Amino acid sequence: MTIFHFIKKECFHILRDKRTLLILFGMPVIMIVLFGYAIRNDLGSSKLVIVDNAHDTYSQQLTDRLDASKYFEVSYQLNTIEQIDQVFRKEKASIALVIPSQFGHTLMHAGSAQLLLIADGSDPNTATSRIQYAQAIIQSCQQDMQVAGPQGLHIHTDIRMLYNPELKSVYGFIPGLMALILMLISAMMTAITITKEKETGTMELLLVSPLKPVLIITGKIVPYILLSFINALLILGFGHFLFDVPILGNTALLLLESIIFILTALSLGILISTLTSSQQTAMMISLGGLLMPTVLLSGFIFPLSSMPWPLRWIANLIPAKWFILILKDIMLKGSGWRQVWEETLILLVMTTLFTGLSIQKFKIRLDK
Amino acid sequence: MRIIKFIIQKEFLQIFRNKGMLPIIIILPIIQLLVLGFAADYEIKNITVDVVDRDHSSWSNRLTGKLKASGYFLINNYTPSSSTALRDLESRQADLALVIPPHFERDLVRNQGQKIQLLINAITGIKAGVAAGYLQQILSEFNKEIQIEWLSQPTASPTRAVGINTTTAYWYNPYQDYKQFMVPGILVVLVTMIGAFLSAMNIVREKEIGTMEQLNVTPIKKLHFIIGKLLPFWIIGLMELTLGLLLAWWIFDLTFAGNLLIIFMFAAIYLLVMLGMGLLISTKTDTQQQAMFITWFFIVIFLLLSGLFTPIDSMPGWAKSITLFNPVGWFIKVIRMVLLKNSTWSDVQTAFYAITAFAIAVNGIALLLYKKRI
Repeated sequence: MTIFHFIKKECFHILRDKRTLLILFGMPVIMIVLFGYAIRNDLGSSKLVIVDNAHDTYSQQLTDRLDASKYFEVSYQLNTIEQIDQVFRKEKASIALVIPSQFGHTLMHAGSAQLLLIADGSDPNTATSRIQYAQAIIQSCQQDMQVAGPQGLHIHTDIRMLYNPELKSVYGFIPGLMALILMLISAMMTAITITKEKETGTMELLLVSPLKPVLIITGKIVPYILLSFINALLILGFGHFLFDVPILGNTALLLLESIIFILTALSLGILISTLTSSQQTAMMISLGGLLMPTVLLSGFIFPLSSMPWPLRWIANLIPAKWFILILKDIMLKGSGWRQVWEETLILLVMTTLFTGLSIQKFKIRLDK
Repeated sequence: MRIIKFIIQKEFLQIFRNKGMLPIIIILPIIQLLVLGFAADYEIKNITVDVVDRDHSSWSNRLTGKLKASGYFLINNYTPSSSTALRDLESRQADLALVIPPHFERDLVRNQGQKIQLLINAITGIKAGVAAGYLQQILSEFNKEIQIEWLSQPTASPTRAVGINTTTAYWYNPYQDYKQFMVPGILVVLVTMIGAFLSAMNIVREKEIGTMEQLNVTPIKKLHFIIGKLLPFWIIGLMELTLGLLLAWWIFDLTFAGNLLIIFMFAAIYLLVMLGMGLLISTKTDTQQQAMFITWFFIVIFLLLSGLFTPIDSMPGWAKSITLFNPVGWFIKVIRMVLLKNSTWSDVQTAFYAITAFAIAVNGIALLLYKKRI
């Protein structure tokens, strides 16, 4: 029964520290709100400058059409191309349209006319999207000017976005956030708590107590399992009820997978704590070795398929990658056990491996 | 002055004595820069496609060929069955499926129009959007090609090719290299981590292990102590930036369009903000664990709202206003402007005023809250 008293003591330790507790529960909530409302990949309104050398009704029509669209806001009329550089350098605008002199005249009489679109290319993706949007608007404007384009043989594309019809970024963020927060609480917190006992010397006191080392470690991690699980429920609940992220698959399976991932993270945390005896080092290892890869190499923010092969290979070693795949499958595709067993097996193998390594390392520390 | 010198000496001794910390200060940022530089790539490549060709005509073959030649797509499966494609989409073998209907070529000619279906795995919204964009571009080019061929045939009615032609230019990053955009931002992340984390943890550590009380009973003045504590990290931060810039230039071929002096001047003030933040956090916390979590909390929010990963332009108005109070966002903006666009002092003036104001405010508050007592 001593183990229960021990767990109770650990829970008091955590509950006593109100600031950390506030962050543990406040952070997921704030991150969900940020990811749900503020962080978007779709393009908002961009500032556009126009160098209008024509000053005719057609150039005016183009300007008005661009200004009226939700993607652009005409901020300046400039006189020369050279001035664009000054505006771009101050970030007062990010795209420019240059209309040549005699634009309308050429268009009507020669049947075709040139336009120049210049984008601030520092951010390549955004620049490409801006150019694409601007071109689409110019195209539709051209149709209104009743200048005929090529006739006949039109291929229409019918696009169906599967699993996420409205292309909501939050669908991808919720699983990633789950992985990140669970990693943070389960791995980083345990690593630091155990190293703290080592650093302050209380670990030795615990080791001479009648509790077995395994029980000491169990006692230390049980409260964090509970905390992590509550957090997982919190994120899922927020995602589902506030942002309408669907949970198409079996909820029980989803929770089971979360528990498996929490165990993987805990085993990693324990492993780190056996490798170091200072909190600072434990923290830096957790930050650099766990959180950074979880954010970068798990497919959470950046698509894995675009990375060079060494990174794609390393990504396979990161538990969060598999967990995010499982979550997306179950939540968005409604997959069942048959589709996710491979990923689950990988997580279980990782957990066993990390636990095995920790047990080995832990013994070595006791011998010293 | 002498006292400050001794404290700094002590700090450097402690930092360099700690064998665990040294690699963290030097090696971790390098790894981080390398991994981030290569990983943080929003350029969408290697999109796997299932082509469901139910027509097998010369045109459908040509379209598949164009897809392959574009360089963005990898053909995963060439199949006549839609159900195979749907299965591949579900098991993530394919990112998208292009469904060419039966009698595509015949009906296109007969009806002057025909539908092609794109099925896209849209779980990663950005990838889906970009992939759809690429594919539509290829389709419209293909469409234009066959139109011109069709129209040049004697049977068709002659129409003149008319319309507005748009030429496009991408300034400052003509090769559309994503790293040129990302790596400067990553350098800011490195400097931020060193500044905020190490300073907060360092001071709280003295509290936690009790040496703070010993320092407090010495005649060292509060200001001297703080300067002595923070200056080493200010120096390390600037060294870190130099190292990062060198690596960026060497490994990522970063172009330095602008004046590096502006960046270093900005970094010098920026580090004061971060160190001040660390100091502020250390006055409000008692353990390293708390300090770390609070620092982490703020840094994550700063980073998410900094425009590092997603454009600030896409944020809603309230979030945009918040970004004005985000020092990380200002630095990322300045370093990108200067390195890529050769923005000069007058272009980035506002950012300098803002960051100086933050530095004064944060350090002022931290000094007021810092109490030297047992």
